Order: sequence, then C-alpha cells, then structure tokens
Amino acid sequence: MNPFKALLAPRRRELPFPVPAGSTAAEAAGVGVRLGGRPVLDSVDLTVRAGEVLALVGPNGAGKSTLLAALAADLPVDSGEIRVDGRPATRWTAAELALRRAVLPQSAALAFPFPVEDVVRMGRAPWAGTAREDEDDTVVAAAMAATEVTGFATRPFSALSGGERARVALARALAQSAPLLLLDEPTAALDLRHQELVLRICRERAAAGDAVVVVLHDLGLAAAYADRAVVLHGGRVAVDGPPAEVFTGALLGEVYRQPVEVFPHPRTGVPLVVPKRLA
Amino acid sequence: MTAAPCDGSTAPSAGAPARRGRTFALTAALSAALLVGCLLSAGLGAYDIPLGDVLSSLQHRVGLGGQALDRVAESVLWNVRLPRVTLALLVGSSLGCAGALMQGVFGNPLAEPGVIGISSGAAVGAVASIALGLTFFGNWTITVCAFVSGLATVLLVYVLSRSGGRTEVVTLILTGIAVNAFAGALIGLFIFFADNAQITQITFWQLGSLSQATWPKVLAVLPCAALGLLVAPFHARKLDLLALGERPARHLGVDVERLRIVLVLVVALLTAAAVAVAGIISFVGLLVPHLLRMANGPGHRFLVPGSALGGALVLVAGDLAARTVADPAELPLGVLTALFGSPFFFWLLRRTRRRQGGWA
Repeated sequence: MNPFKALLAPRRRELPFPVPAGSTAAEAAGVGVRLGGRPVLDSVDLTVRAGEVLALVGPNGAGKSTLLAALAADLPVDSGEIRVDGRPATRWTAAELALRRAVLPQSAALAFPFPVEDVVRMGRAPWAGTAREDEDDTVVAAAMAATEVTGFATRPFSALSGGERARVALARALAQSAPLLLLDEPTAALDLRHQELVLRICRERAAAGDAVVVVLHDLGLAAAYADRAVVLHGGRVAVDGPPAEVFTGALLGEVYRQPVEVFPHPRTGVPLVVPKRLA
Repeated sequence: MTAAPCDGSTAPSAGAPARRGRTFALTAALSAALLVGCLLSAGLGAYDIPLGDVLSSLQHRVGLGGQALDRVAESVLWNVRLPRVTLALLVGSSLGCAGALMQGVFGNPLAEPGVIGISSGAAVGAVASIALGLTFFGNWTITVCAFVSGLATVLLVYVLSRSGGRTEVVTLILTGIAVNAFAGALIGLFIFFADNAQITQITFWQLGSLSQATWPKVLAVLPCAALGLLVAPFHARKLDLLALGERPARHLGVDVERLRIVLVLVVALLTAAAVAVAGIISFVGLLVPHLLRMANGPGHRFLVPGSALGGALVLVAGDLAARTVADPAELPLGVLTALFGSPFFFWLLRRTRRRQGGWA
C-alpha cells in the first residue's frame, strides 16, 4: 500500500479477530423497538453464534426485518441492548462495524448506473487502508463467481433484472468478508436454482466460521439449511431451536393462522412444511 | 472466515485497465482543451493580442525569459483579460464540482445549484449586501453574505425535499420552484429599497457576467472556491457508496450524517464563490457532470475533479463566446449558459421520466 494512501486512510480502527465456532458473534438482550409509536419488537433475546446459520422466520409484520436491522445497528433500540463482537453496537464506529457485519437489504437500489463489478467492489470499502486491501481483487472475483454474476460484470447495474440485482447485492455483501452476515430475504426475487445457491453459500460461510442470520419466508428452505430457526410472532420470539424440533404443525399453524402439515422428507428426513389444502 | 466461498475463481474482468486508460485520456483532453481555451481567451477580444505575445508576456512575468509587451497590450492582458480568465476558471470549476457533489448527495441526477434554488438563495445574500451597502468584511462581504444565505438554502432544500431517506425527482424540482420563487421575491424586495446606482449594479450582476473581473474580485472568491475544490475529491469514494442508499452506505462504514454535513458545506462554499462574483449562471453544474458520466461512468473519483475541470472549460469557452459573438457588444454569460442548458435539462427530464415510467 503506498504511503500517501495510508496517510489518508481512516485511522485507529480496531480490526476484528477470528473467533472459534460456537462463540457469540452478536446478541440481542431484552430488545424492544417502537416504530411510529407501535411496539414492533418486545423484549427479544437472541444469540447469534459463529459457524451457524440462523433462520429468522415468521408471518408478515412479525418483526423479522426490524430485528435484523437492530442487529445491524441500523435502528436505535428503545430498551435492551444489541452487542456485536462483544461490545455494545453503539460503541463501535461506523467504520469498525463495517469490518464486523455485512448486510443484504431487502431491495437493492442504486442512484447511478455503476457497472456490476464496481458495485461488488464497493463491498471492499471498509478494508481500504488495511493490510487486507490486497485481497480485494481475489475476494471480489470469488464473490462474483459464487453468486454467478461474473458473466455480466461490465453491465450497468440498472440494466439488470430483479433477480440479477439481488445476486449482485449479495455478492457485494459477501465481498465485505465480515464475520457476521445479515441477509434480509435474500431469496425473494430468485428462481429455484439461485435460491438453493444462496443458501448453499450461507452454509459455506458458516462452515468457514462466520455467523449467518437469514430472514426467510420459505420454511422448507429454512428447515433444509438452517442450524437453528427462530420463529417470531407479534414482535416476540415464539420458539428458538433446530428446525426439526421447532417446526411443528401446531406451532406454525398458530403463528401463521394457517393450518399446516409437517412431515419428513422420504429420503433426507428434513421436515417439509405444506399448507393444509382441500383435496 | 475471510474467504468468500470460492468455486472456480475467475480473474477480474478486463474492464478496469481499459477504464483507467479512458479516464486518463479524458483528463488529458480536458486539461489540454482548458489550456488552449485560456490562452485563446487571454488573446482574443476588442484588443487582439497574438498568442505568441501572450506566451511571451506570461514567460516574462514568471521570469523564464520572454519579454514585456507594449504598455497598452500589457495592461489589457494583465488587468482585464487574465483576471477574467482566472475568474472564469474559478467560477466554472466551482459550479461543475458543486453540481457533481449535489447529484451525489441527493442521489438524484437532476440536482444542481441553479435548478433547486441554491444559486438564488446565495444571490439573496449577495443582493442584500449590495442593497444595504454592507461592508463589514471589506472585499469579502458579498462572498460571505452569499455563503451564509446559500448555506441556509441548501439546508432548507435538503430538509424539505427528503422523505424516508430518499429524494424524489418531483419533490426536488417542486422544492426548487418554491425556493426560487421565494428567493426571487426577496431579491425583488431588496431592489425595491435600493437606490439607482445599486439597482444598476444588481441588475448587471444578476445577469451572470464576468465583465467586471478584477484581481480583487478574484481574491474575494479564491479562498471559498479553493477550499471547496480541495476538500471535495476526498469524499469521492464515500459518494460512490452513498449511491447504494443511506443504510447500505452506513453498513459499509460511511458516517453518513457527517458526510452529508461536510458536503452540504462544500456545496454552499462553491456556490457562494460562483454566485458572489458572477451572478446566477445556471445549468453548468447539470450539464458537465452528466456529459462526463456518459463518457466515463458514474465513479465519483473521476467525476468530482473531472466536473471541476469540465466546468472551468465550459465557462472559459462560454465567456469567450459571450464577448466575441456579438462583438462589440457583450452577451451576459448567464443568458448564454441558460440558452444552451435549458434544452439539455428538458431532454434530461424526458429521459428520466421515460426510464421511471412516469413520475408517480
């Protein structure tokens, strides 16, 4: 890195250290959030561990995205505390938080028509001025390959379809190489193949020691890929545990107000969740 | 935990080096055109000075050989032409750079100091200081007043035109109309209370012209313009990230609140510098960043300094045209830029509308 650049780089940032799998990457302790006077989250306790894929599920308006935003330190909490990498989220600077958590927002927008590769490279911004800046090219290329966007690297972001944009946004979040990855409905705009691809990526990241939190609507995906599922209901945690244990017909039927059947996949044994339909 | 999942790592695309080459070529071409423009502008006019003489006199003054011209030519060159060229450089680069910054901060390609009323806001301060005969900062009074009222206007527009972290085109343009109308009323009020000499001064100043250029005027705006132009490029990378939206920018470590405050201050500085000496020259800040974005992509690391360079070029060329086209009379520069800028703005509006499928 040239000395002129080093001079201009942000100073005094604490870099994150790798932590062993199973240790706490982030936690919410008694978190309450009110938006527009309405309580959206109510005394939520949640621990996110390194090396684990955690699925946040629940009906519309249950507070999934709000909880994710609180974990990302986007929202001020009204009660309780969010801790990231062992320290209250409010006590990290924006630059230090960016080295610790990456976020994939629900919808990806861009004010100017940057080419795809530039958008993915934006994910490397937090590392500017650190020794790991040298990895930029490799990490960006790997993130684009993993999300299958390499083919349109030079096209402007604004010319892409919704699903392609979502994958580019994911590539950007991956390129950030943060030990805590927060994904808000990463599969919403994707076809079958790419839904599976995204969750395989989540598993790989977890296997590499990162903590992954993913908001999902598809309970089958959650059951197949998550180590742990947290079902939110009316701003509270209804249940927290391995999908095979917590996804029961009774609980899901009550939370979603829609009777469901849960049965094991004939080959893999992974629970399948299907709405009860006539005929 | 660092490596992103890697199944078949590919080399980074070949786009980057090609783009760097284009950036370099564009910068070189702009600089060369600007240099030629400056030399032509210094030589051409009611009293023509041959290019060789201009160069010779410049060399002479910096002590690199050459020789002084005869008394009249030397006086025309150094007391009339060069201050004017310098002022055009300062005003043009300020306007171009301010336009690029505002578009970045608002995340909206139609933001421009003239269009959304920042220039008129700054003009209120400048007119007030002329009409009330204020002199508390000596030579810098008009600039300071323009800065203060310009800053107030940027803040006002920023607060009024944003909702939910976004600025929609319609809101921005309508806010601009309201601010322009209000500023126009205030300016009218000050003119009403001004005496005849002041009215003449205000009217000429309002048309947007560099004809009154003198070295003291250059000095009056130099600190404002130089500070703004120096600070701006350091925020280019953050502006790139801001294009993702406020939250994603924050996720990538940008202190969005601070960035916004700094850039709003810089925009106010640059606009004030331009407006204080040259009145309202609109559309330069709109036209230049757009053309550069089309030529070389939206990356702000080139766009911000490039727009300063391009703005300077447009203004130097525009000023040369303004005083030679209708020779011996002189067209007001602001009229000329609006004449070419407005159709461009119109085209831009149409294009944006088509892309969004209506204003909604």
